[in-house]
Amino acid sequence: MNKKQKKMLVRILAAAALLIGFNFLPFTGYLRFLFYLIPYLIIGYDILIKAFKGIKNRQPFDESLLMAIATIGAVAIALYGDGDYTEAIAVMLFYQIGEWFQSYAVGKSRRNISDLMDIRPDYANIERDGKLEQVDPDEVEIGSVIVVQPGEKVPIDGIVTEGCSTLNTSALTGESLPRDAAEGDEIISGCINMTGVLKIKTTKEFGESTVSKILDLVENASSRKSKSEEFITKFARIYTPAVVYSAIALAFLPPLVRMLALGISADWGTWIYRALTFLVISCPCALVISIPLSFFAGIGGASNAGVLVKGSNYLETLSRTKCVVFDKTGTLTRGVFEVNEVHHNEMDREQLLEYAALAESASSHPISRSLQRAYGKEIDRSRVKDIREISGNGVTATVDGIEVAAGNSKLMDRLGVKWIDCHQAGTIIHMAVDGRYAGHIVISDIEKPHAKEAIRALHAAGVEKTVMLTGDSRKVAEHVAADLGIDEVHAELLPADKVSKVEELLAEKPAKGKLAFVGDGINDAPVLSRADIGIAMGAMGSDAAIEAADIVLMDDDPLKIAKAIRISRKCLRIVYENIWFAIGIKLICLVLGAVGIANMWLAIFADVGVMIIAVLNAIRALFVKRL
Amino acid sequence: MKKTYKIDVDCANCANKMEQAAKNTTGVKDAVVNFMTLKMNVEFEEGHDAKAVMKEVLKNCKKVEDDCEIFI
Repeated sequence: MNKKQKKMLVRILAAAALLIGFNFLPFTGYLRFLFYLIPYLIIGYDILIKAFKGIKNRQPFDESLLMAIATIGAVAIALYGDGDYTEAIAVMLFYQIGEWFQSYAVGKSRRNISDLMDIRPDYANIERDGKLEQVDPDEVEIGSVIVVQPGEKVPIDGIVTEGCSTLNTSALTGESLPRDAAEGDEIISGCINMTGVLKIKTTKEFGESTVSKILDLVENASSRKSKSEEFITKFARIYTPAVVYSAIALAFLPPLVRMLALGISADWGTWIYRALTFLVISCPCALVISIPLSFFAGIGGASNAGVLVKGSNYLETLSRTKCVVFDKTGTLTRGVFEVNEVHHNEMDREQLLEYAALAESASSHPISRSLQRAYGKEIDRSRVKDIREISGNGVTATVDGIEVAAGNSKLMDRLGVKWIDCHQAGTIIHMAVDGRYAGHIVISDIEKPHAKEAIRALHAAGVEKTVMLTGDSRKVAEHVAADLGIDEVHAELLPADKVSKVEELLAEKPAKGKLAFVGDGINDAPVLSRADIGIAMGAMGSDAAIEAADIVLMDDDPLKIAKAIRISRKCLRIVYENIWFAIGIKLICLVLGAVGIANMWLAIFADVGVMIIAVLNAIRALFVKRL
Repeated sequence: MKKTYKIDVDCANCANKMEQAAKNTTGVKDAVVNFMTLKMNVEFEEGHDAKAVMKEVLKNCKKVEDDCEIFI
């Protein structure tokens, strides 16, 4: 509770105590009125002032005015009628309780969400003359060496130059599994160093580092308003004046009609009372607060799960996603080549790999690297001689005095070796040892561990079509798609083709369903902005892709897409629940009030009760763990 | 030019009023008030001094909602 809230709480308690105490007073008439004026002013003075200022500044139609008119009217009726001021004061009291609760709830969720995103580093350690010095991360230049001790946050992106440790990345990615970091590893800011001291050579300025970018995204997130929010703002702008005029009509028209047309008594008291009830019911606060709060909580919950949503409007669009289009490399697959299969004849699997790794030992091509990795042992370069790279074909070398050739089918043809084609998709390295065909090694980009599950989860979440676009060969693409259960594949596409393919898909889909594109590379940026919703891989993705995207997955896990859709659905469900519930209850009570069935107490429920229920419901959007 | 200011305001409706008031100030191209994060993003028109414009914005906001603050 802050100061304002504490003061309000005291006022509420004091007014409530006085109200109950005064029930036992024996006075009547004006003396009673004066006594009851005390709790009324204690609880309502600021509302009265606000209403007055509103009129003075020609902005009269707001909640304060509604409340001021309603309570002053009720007091007046009591003064000339039965002397029961409780109702009038109770209206003001409950209205203030409602306001207090709302401010408390909003403050609480504000804090909750900023705690979730508590990744802002306050300082960076720099070693000067053998001593550690804390400096503002903004002042650290690119290429300086910073020291991160156990328990501290990594303030700036960089490369580890000394030390090894485990990192807690959960604030960034929502992933609870710690990650190892050792010399030479790239490290992103915002992680918490857990075990050892790390020396990091910075590669970016603080303002360009991951942590700053993420905070910037999150802080500006809910500035982009959703359609529902805009609807409510417009609604409130028309609604409040409409209700005030209706109340005036309700207070004057029926009595006048009774008096002039029907010739019976006007019954002013009853109709004015009904008009006042009408005013109390009509207060739009339940809607005005709960809708933005729902979106705010939804975005907060999503960022806790490692999904950054750049605005409430995107959350709204995401909930209507019917078609998800994927880029293959880096999104569904790791973008890292690995030896998948070794098809050997006579020779041992290990031996074949050893020959391949040794022959390719001089190259740093991703494929050579994957062979060296698969071999797994130290490579003794002295065993290899006469390495010759034949561009576009492969390598020939002499290993332990034996001639070895590793490369594609063209190389085999060139050497006059008969080769066997492989039924598997991927890059095939044929091997010839001592002039004879020895088998081939299949190297392919491996699927992400959750890719298959992710596609299944998307279908379960109501996505009707999944499509994969890739620049890779048709054989590889179809193989991956079949394995993952993707409905549609378009292969051998150039970056520009991807945009036109997505445009085709956009034209094909039904108008209401939305299309999401998931990608990671620089060449995906145009497609990301062209799709209804662009989803980028945050950890591995290029800056351009993250910039162009509407939603960023912090840990690159495609499974999170389905989760994000479920979060958005829950959030939107809550928003609609609140809109229907609040407007519905209010309309019912307004009708009841106009015909005289509802009294002031029901009106208080329709105002404060509905608002509290709507706010509590909105906070539910924050809980996304079990979705 | 765009700038972000911290604000303090009590209710969501008041935040909407501030947004309207800021938008109608001369020199402001567009303004967005975010009640949940208590921030105001203001886009200024070319050739206007941000500080002077913000003073006007604050004055206009105070007019529609007495109980508000912009930390310029």
